[in-house]
Amino acid sequence: MSRKTRDNLRAYLFVSPWLISLLVFTAYPMLASFYFSMTRYTIVRPPVWIGLENFRVMFTKDDLFWVAVWNTLYYTVVSVPLQMLVALFLATLLNLSTRGIGFYRTAFYLPALVPAVVTTLLWMLILDPRAGLANAALEAVGLPKLGWMYSVAWSKPSLIIIALWTGVGQPMLIFLAGLKNVPQSLLEAAIIDGTNAWQRYWRVIIPLLTPTIFFNLLITLIASFQVFTTAFVATASASGASPAGPLNSMLVYMVHLYRQGFSYFAMGYASAMAVVLFLVLVVLTLILVRSSREWVHYEGASPR
Amino acid sequence: MTGVYKGQRSNAMKVQKLLGQGVVHGLLFSISLLFLIPLWWLFVTSIKPLDQILTIPPIWWPQPPQWENYVAALTSPAFPFWRLMGNTLFYCVTSTIGTVVSSAVVAYAFARMRFTGRDLLFGITLATLLLPGVVTLIPTYVLFQRMGLVGTYAPLIIPYFFGSAFNIFLLRQFMLTIPVELSDAAYVDGAGDFLILWRIMVPLVKPALIVVAIFNFIYAWNDFLGPLLYLDDSSRYPLSIGLYAFRTRFALQWNLITAAALAITIPLIAAFFVLQRYFIEGVTLTGLKG
Repeated sequence: MSRKTRDNLRAYLFVSPWLISLLVFTAYPMLASFYFSMTRYTIVRPPVWIGLENFRVMFTKDDLFWVAVWNTLYYTVVSVPLQMLVALFLATLLNLSTRGIGFYRTAFYLPALVPAVVTTLLWMLILDPRAGLANAALEAVGLPKLGWMYSVAWSKPSLIIIALWTGVGQPMLIFLAGLKNVPQSLLEAAIIDGTNAWQRYWRVIIPLLTPTIFFNLLITLIASFQVFTTAFVATASASGASPAGPLNSMLVYMVHLYRQGFSYFAMGYASAMAVVLFLVLVVLTLILVRSSREWVHYEGASPR
Repeated sequence: MTGVYKGQRSNAMKVQKLLGQGVVHGLLFSISLLFLIPLWWLFVTSIKPLDQILTIPPIWWPQPPQWENYVAALTSPAFPFWRLMGNTLFYCVTSTIGTVVSSAVVAYAFARMRFTGRDLLFGITLATLLLPGVVTLIPTYVLFQRMGLVGTYAPLIIPYFFGSAFNIFLLRQFMLTIPVELSDAAYVDGAGDFLILWRIMVPLVKPALIVVAIFNFIYAWNDFLGPLLYLDDSSRYPLSIGLYAFRTRFALQWNLITAAALAITIPLIAAFFVLQRYFIEGVTLTGLKG
């Protein structure tokens, strides 16, 4: 046995757990999802091939599918940019502040640690339509009370508020680290060039931060499309048949998929939904990666 | 004359700076209230009598505080706290041991060993970081169902023993920063790779291992969808599902629900304060190396 073969064998012994994982828990389920998506499958009986029927039903017959698509898009399009902006804003403030960073950093990050079930229940209490803390605050400043999770108009904003409370801490810490990494020499050079703080922020700091912004955006976007626990707990009423929030206004994609797959055991249909979401996310990721060439500046790379 | 002028100017700048700091701290303080008040509300609701919870104006401190809520919540047969805690700890500890050990071994190969297809395999590993979990959800369930493991913790724990893309990536990056000379010296002494990993690498990358362990532990502690899918017998529920089930039984007893909710949150917050350094480091690593 040559030295090279022996080295290879030894290395593959080391990576073998991960190879098995890639095959059994990634590659196989991915392929199987595509296969199941073209079958009628209730798990108790073997899958029956029905071609694209699941997709036809999904796009033309299942009204709730489109409700779920709309709700998820609404949730994502509003919450992701807000999360990014608030996280960046807070990190910027923290970077400017001279004292108390530890305290504020902890305050903004703690909600990210709270289990999602707890977070959801807590906000259901705060957003109680009769006398929750949020409505008490509105009333105190002379505004009308809101129905929050019990109103079609405010149920999705309720979910978004929860996403903000819990989802800002992590990107904020990452942004803060990125800001601390901005080389002092560049800032000093910009000062000598006679720029003011505002210009320095937009022309020096933000461009240097674009890789971090890109990373946070991608991660948050993928997670947001797959939001589950918050919407599930907020709308739970044991049976899958009841609407998820008023007029299903909190029925997000993953909750619909979960109900199809695990309440009705329509595994084929749920797989088809998974495949659609997967393809959408792949396309979105590719678009984002492609667009990043235009707006993400990597250190060492020459500017376009 | 110039001196006076200079003094005035630096005074003005000082004032401006102080003013700036004032604005920054004012903003930071008021926003931090928005983040902290809900946590305070979680706590204060948990010690309230029922009729002081949903009130306008809100009650910030109950008269009298009802600490017995904790006894009621944690001894309620509908929320068997210690059993739930035992299940959760079992899930957290086994999955954490599994992922730390397997990811470290795989990361070592990526960082220190030369083998055919290494870069391709590592590229695939990075690509799976972005793989949405939804696309493997159902077939994985079917797989474990066929193996007769649905209803046990096996489907939740087994995958952790085969490494995870993110942890492998993180540990590899860390191991790459360890000077090769350190392990080369051991090679000369005839030490095998397992020995080098265990004796040299592990002590040197300990902070990274701790970060991986902490984040995995918290992930498992908070996991909701996994146990929801795979566990049906309430005697096996972890805390997250236990709280959810408790809430469906006692929908309006907000004081008991928040007491139970806080009981499962406090260990995490306590861990954060003890291990803060690792938390900040860990989240930061996530972003910068990514």
